[in-house]
Amino acid sequence: MIGIINYEVGNLASIKNMLKKIEVDSFFIQDSSDFSKATKLILPGVGSFDYGIQQLESKGFMEIMENQVLKEKKPILGICLGAQLLTQSSEEGEKKGLGWVNATTVKFKTQLPVPNMGWNDIKITQENKLLKDFHDIPRFYFVHSYHFKFNEEEQVLAYGNYDYDYACAFQKENILGVQFHPEKSHKFGMQLLKNFSQNL
Amino acid sequence: MKRIRVILVLLLKNNGLYKPHKFKNPKYIGDPINAVKIFNEKEVDEIVILDIDATTKKKEPNYKLIEEIASECFMPMAYGGGINELSQAKKLFKLGVEKVVLNYAAYTNPHLIHEIASQYGNQSVVCSIDVGKNWLGKYYSALINGTKSVKETPIDLAKKYVQHGAGELFITAIYKENTYSGYDIELIKSITESVSVPVIASGGASSIKDFTDVINIGRASAVAAGSLFVFYGKEKGVLINFPSPEKLKNELFSKL
Repeated sequence: MIGIINYEVGNLASIKNMLKKIEVDSFFIQDSSDFSKATKLILPGVGSFDYGIQQLESKGFMEIMENQVLKEKKPILGICLGAQLLTQSSEEGEKKGLGWVNATTVKFKTQLPVPNMGWNDIKITQENKLLKDFHDIPRFYFVHSYHFKFNEEEQVLAYGNYDYDYACAFQKENILGVQFHPEKSHKFGMQLLKNFSQNL
Repeated sequence: MKRIRVILVLLLKNNGLYKPHKFKNPKYIGDPINAVKIFNEKEVDEIVILDIDATTKKKEPNYKLIEEIASECFMPMAYGGGINELSQAKKLFKLGVEKVVLNYAAYTNPHLIHEIASQYGNQSVVCSIDVGKNWLGKYYSALINGTKSVKETPIDLAKKYVQHGAGELFITAIYKENTYSGYDIELIKSITESVSVPVIASGGASSIKDFTDVINIGRASAVAAGSLFVFYGKEKGVLINFPSPEKLKNELFSKL
C-alpha cells in the first residue's frame, strides 16, 4: 500500500487518481501514525522549497520520515518539489533540505522563459527499475524553475533538456526522485508509477 | 526536439460539452467525462475546460463535475468559469486542477490574480482575454462571452494581468472561433511582443499548418483548438480526434 504524504503542499488528488487507474492501492498519510501502514511512500509537492520543509517540520514528519526511509529502507518517490526536498539545499530558499542524496537544487541558468513548462523528452542514462518498459521515447510534463544538480553522476537516472541537459530523475538505493509530473503524463506516468509499485 | 503544447479546449454548459460559433449558438457535442476518457487515449498534451455559463448565470464552478473530469484526466488540466475568490481556486486545486483560468474576475478584480499566484505560483494562473474586432478592423477586449466590450485594448489587459502575476495568457479571437480560417497571427504577435509570459493562441485553427504559423510568426508558446478536435468534415459531424504523436512530430515539432 502506497502512502502519499500529505503535508499540505500541492495537489495530491491527481496522484491518487492515477494510482487508482492502474489498480494500485494508496492512501493519504495525514499524521505520523499513518506511516507504519505504508509499504512505500510518495512525497509530492508544488510550491516553494522553504514552505515545503517548514510544512514537513510543522506536521512533525521529519523524524519519522528519516526513520522510515533511512533505517527501515522503505522506497520513497519524490515528485517535483517533493524530489527537490530530498536534496541538500535549494537556491530557492534558506532552509536545509533532507539531504538524502548528494545533490543540490539550483535555478535554471538560461535565457529561455522560466518556468520550463510543457512536455519534454527524457534521456535515460542507465538501466534502472523506475524508468523502463515505456515502448516509446518517454516524455513527461514539467513545470519548474529549479532543477537538481548532482555531484555523483551514478545517482542520475535520466536527463531532461531545457537549453542544456540537467538531471531530472535520480535514485540512491531506496530513495528516488523525479522533477516531472508522472501523474499528469498519461501512459508514461502510468508506466512509471506501475514500475515504482511493482519493481522497487 | 522542441515540443510545443497543443491544448484541447472543451466548453461546458449544463453538464454537457458544447461548441459555439463565434461565441454564439452553442451546439451539443457530448458528455464531458466520456470525451476526456477518449482524449486521454489519444495522448492529448493539456486540456482547458471552460464553463461558458458560470459567469453569465452567476454560478459557482460545478465542483462535482470538475472532480469527476479531473479523476479521468491524466494530463495537465486548467479550469475556468465562475471563479471570483481565492477560496474557489483553492477548492479547484484540491480536486486535481493544475491551473485556473480567470477572465471576468481578472478584469473586475485583478488583485485575485496576485492572491492566487502568490500562494500557488504564477504557473497556476492563466488569464484569458477574449478579443473582438470592430467594423474598422480595430481590436477590442470583451467580457462575459464577448457580450460586453471594455475600453482597454487586449495589449493593455495583457500587460496589466502579467503585472499582477499571470503566468500565462490565453488569447481567443472571437471572430475566428469555429471558423477554420486560421489563427489571427497579427493579434497574437501584438500580444507576444508586449509581454514575456507564454501566450496561448486560440480561435480559428483548421490544420497543423496553422499551429506552425502562429508559433513561428506569431511567437505563440502554445496552441489551443476546440472545433478541430471535435468535429469532422463539411457537415461538422461530431468526431473526437487528435493528431497522433507521430504526426505532431513530423508536421509540427520538426518545423519549429
